[in-house]
Amino acid sequence: MANTGVTDVPASIRGYLRANMTAFADVEFSDEDNIFEQGFVSSMFAMQLLHYIESTFDVEVPDDGITLKNFSSVSRMADLVARLRTATGD
Amino acid sequence: MKMAKCVVWDLDDTLWRGTLSAGDDVVPRDGIVDLVRTLDSRGILQSVASKNNHDDALRRLTELGLAEYFLYPQVNWNSKSSSVTEIQKRLNIGFDTIMFVDDQPFERDEVSFVHPDVETVDAADHLTLATLPRLSPAVVTEDAARRREMYLQDQARGDAELGYQGPQEEFLRGLDMVFTIARAADGDLPRLEELTERTNQLNSTGIQYSYDHLERLSRDPGHDLWVCELTDRYGSYGKIGMALVEKHADRWVINLLLMSCRTVSKGVGTVLLSFLLRRAADEGTRLFARFRRTDRNRQMLLTYQLANFRVVEQDGSDYLYENDLSVRPEFPDYIQVDSDA
Repeated sequence: MANTGVTDVPASIRGYLRANMTAFADVEFSDEDNIFEQGFVSSMFAMQLLHYIESTFDVEVPDDGITLKNFSSVSRMADLVARLRTATGD
Repeated sequence: MKMAKCVVWDLDDTLWRGTLSAGDDVVPRDGIVDLVRTLDSRGILQSVASKNNHDDALRRLTELGLAEYFLYPQVNWNSKSSSVTEIQKRLNIGFDTIMFVDDQPFERDEVSFVHPDVETVDAADHLTLATLPRLSPAVVTEDAARRREMYLQDQARGDAELGYQGPQEEFLRGLDMVFTIARAADGDLPRLEELTERTNQLNSTGIQYSYDHLERLSRDPGHDLWVCELTDRYGSYGKIGMALVEKHADRWVINLLLMSCRTVSKGVGTVLLSFLLRRAADEGTRLFARFRRTDRNRQMLLTYQLANFRVVEQDGSDYLYENDLSVRPEFPDYIQVDSDA
């Protein structure tokens, strides 16, 4: 199931951010950079990002997994995906 | 049963007498034109799900002077249930707020089978529609009376957006959005009551407030009742959001925060919350928020939790959040925020 899909999770998330947020279109950013530097992002974009992560990596993020920390950088999102994939027994 | 937001009409032998594709000179059935206008004036949206040639049916609706009343009409040869799905998606409303009128038992059953929450009505009973409680709001607010017009503006925005290539943020910037936050005046209260009844997705508790209750709260110095309006270059979205804040000496509690589902795609969901965060920080008070998880409000949960609200108490689906105010949020730069406070 899920593991037949995307394997390079960070690269996939990075590509999504670059394509969908103007701020990331032309600048270099690392997987560790805090993407919500202001501590705030539009709920619309966050919802799109959540939907992207759940549908691309075939995971469901529980309510208590939706935190600023888990979504603050590419690597933290990738870690979240890895934890959820493990939890569902992949 | 919930108030209905949209009536979806079949055409042949339901809205009009006869079968268009059989060459009949179809005319509206008795009382239909008045009924369509009556529902429209009450703020009930209407659409069409018909198996017909699209252009022929739309041309006939236009000749009859009825086309303008129907949003996202679905005229095709697909199942009626798929047409209802399309309308539900376009309007972004719940299936449990849609009513479907058709003369054919097969079509009603097909829709019921796929969408058990959609109420189906036999076209033979159409004259009773105007008296149904679900279609008879006690008060018709200014926003309700303009509802179809506002959806038509959304349709124009959607068309412009489809033609736009690039990040959505850039598109939003071009809308020249102005978000106004004000204390609720008496004239706003019927609309606020309506918002608590109609809003499901971006709603922090789903708790409904009556006019009388809202009136008391708006006069109470221990509460702030905020109302928001959004406009852009296509026109006004009307009064689309509200917040109720309970104020104590050392802490504020956001008892209710909601935004109309029409604004979900405009990235304004966090603006009112940012406004409250900035105010609380300026005031030097602690800030809490009540949240009740429903099966529809995941986006509001996300709005709070990604705005750095953390759960400090939980009782079943009732959460109490606190924000430590360590981060002062900025408003999105594509929205101008005006406030009278």
